[in-house]
Amino acid sequence: MSTMVLISLAVMALALCLTFIRLFRGPSLPDRVVALELFSSILVGIIGVVAIAADVALLLDVAIVVALMGFMATIGFARFLERGGPRDD
Amino acid sequence: MIEWFVAGLTLIGAAFMCLAALGVLRLPDLLTRMHATTKAATLGVSLVMLAVALHFAEEAVVARAFGIILFIMMTAPVAAHAIGRAGYFVGARLWDGTLKDELKPHYDPLSHRLDSGLDSERGDQADVSDREK
Repeated sequence: MSTMVLISLAVMALALCLTFIRLFRGPSLPDRVVALELFSSILVGIIGVVAIAADVALLLDVAIVVALMGFMATIGFARFLERGGPRDD
Repeated sequence: MIEWFVAGLTLIGAAFMCLAALGVLRLPDLLTRMHATTKAATLGVSLVMLAVALHFAEEAVVARAFGIILFIMMTAPVAAHAIGRAGYFVGARLWDGTLKDELKPHYDPLSHRLDSGLDSERGDQADVSDREK
């Protein structure tokens, strides 16, 4: 069981690193927003695995909040981009 | 027995999330990257939450886990639609190998107007622009 937790946490950490490269390089702002959304999704998965590992069901509430925050941030960035009109970044 | 299911579901979910991250890193433009993140990451989170529900097997936890799955499945397409639309209008460059851009003939970037592609409406808009001249 603990090896399963370790392997999946390592794979998810790798996924976070790959996403961070895109967040760092991302040629335009929408690319970075997509990377941030993926960040929050992976974070929800990590919290789920940690909840299994630590046997604490309360961590699921944290996962709900993180998912909600990711969604609201994405919608906010989308609104911000559309109001901004054409841009070159 | 249940433990093996939990382990398998968690590992498969983690693998799908890694696949989504790989897609977001390697694919060429905004829309293809979004196509990788929305589907693969949603499936990954759903599998991990299924594993959580199996591991705890209490009503409150199972309801919460399925609530998270439902929430992710409902919000991921909405968020992807919003950011894809914003990215297209802001002028995100499409991949060079893109064969078809059906929005292009119907969208005017200067006036930020879309027409529906119906001939009747296009006629109306032509009338309006004639009158404005």
